[in-house]
Amino acid sequence: MATKPKLFYFRGRGRMESIRWLLAAAGVEFEEEFIETTEQYEKLLKDGRLLFGQVPMVEIDGMVLTQTRAILSYLAAKYDLYGKDLKETVRINMYTDGTLDLMLMIAVAAFKPPAEKEESLALVVKRAKTRYFPVFEKILKDHGEDFLVGNKFSWADIQLLEAILMVEELDASVLSEFPLLKAFKTRISNIPTIKKFLQPGSQRKPPPDSHYVEVVKSVLHF
Amino acid sequence: MAGKPKLHYFNGRGRMESIRWLLAAAGVEFEEKFIETPEDWDKLRSDGHLMFQQVPMVEMDGMKMVQTRAILNYIASKYNLYGKDIKEKALIDMYTEGIADLSEMIIVLPLCPPDQKEAKIALIKERTTDRYLPVFEKVLKSHGQDYLVGNRLSKADIHLVELLYYVEEIDPSLLANFPLLKALKTRVSNLPTVKKFLQPGSQRKPPIDEKSLEQAKKIFRMK
Repeated sequence: MATKPKLFYFRGRGRMESIRWLLAAAGVEFEEEFIETTEQYEKLLKDGRLLFGQVPMVEIDGMVLTQTRAILSYLAAKYDLYGKDLKETVRINMYTDGTLDLMLMIAVAAFKPPAEKEESLALVVKRAKTRYFPVFEKILKDHGEDFLVGNKFSWADIQLLEAILMVEELDASVLSEFPLLKAFKTRISNIPTIKKFLQPGSQRKPPPDSHYVEVVKSVLHF
Repeated sequence: MAGKPKLHYFNGRGRMESIRWLLAAAGVEFEEKFIETPEDWDKLRSDGHLMFQQVPMVEMDGMKMVQTRAILNYIASKYNLYGKDIKEKALIDMYTEGIADLSEMIIVLPLCPPDQKEAKIALIKERTTDRYLPVFEKVLKSHGQDYLVGNRLSKADIHLVELLYYVEEIDPSLLANFPLLKALKTRVSNLPTVKKFLQPGSQRKPPIDEKSLEQAKKIFRMK
């Protein structure tokens, strides 16, 4: 009997949220251990479970994996969300590298002083509207299919939905010029596993608040 | 007949260098089109060839690929440098990401304001000897094999050896306590394709100098 994957991170989005989304979308149940004290973190370090001394860390299939992208790629491949051949995989990688860049900007903004934070988040919205979302709107327009790559649900679709929702939290009108992305958002949100994950009480985490920032800063000593 | 891959970047290391290393190590000949003026840069973007308005961009197999990792992963898969299954691939990815984190610190160092440079270099040295190199030394020690994953050359070995050259450029003594890494560096450097790439006159780029840095800043309209 396979054990569930176990996620080790702070009780918040950060770099782990994309992993939670991917597992949830793939219909995979997972457990979480939340890091709340320096002692917990130091124990993980001492036990040698954090290869480069960092989280996210995921225990899965007998492996102790760190590095967000390594974990995401493994899960995408394992759950058949990575395209049918190399050319589809590279497109998925291009799209997810772009959306992950955008979401990481949001994640790090939480730790900046107020004025810088506002500036960073304004830049995120600008990038979304001018650099990222137009690209995805055009991709959907050009092939007229329901999903970004290969007419099949993939990691790229999951991550784009996640990014759209995160940017909408910053600016609710961000999709106003992107009708196909609006339809995409509805369509992907209605996929049963994702619909479930979007419900209250799921393992999806809320946006970072001052308490979250405090905990992370105190555990990681910065 | 497929043409050679064509790399679009400025004439320097930056984020393209790891792609040059990987192609070279795989024995793949490639062409380069250097972005040399702000007008070159404007044209590349306005012609719609850059998905997210960024370089590196590599034209290969009928595609215009962007995003360094996506490009590297495609090349590694195509040329069999990515392990034999998804578990080996996960290890290769994990190691590669650690290498990329340290490499990133080194890549952006030229852009660091002069008054912060010393502190940044000190941090790079600390991370090198305390966080990153010990991990890879330990991996090699734990299995005693010639390469990091699956007893076979992979992109992880190539990225690591490239990094070791940069570490040496910063301070050769940083490698002093890592005998297995030194041996890996020698071993990989002696592979015929890599040996060729390490020769003068290859497409390998030198560290950036003041003049090239100023030119790059002008091209990309950076302050």
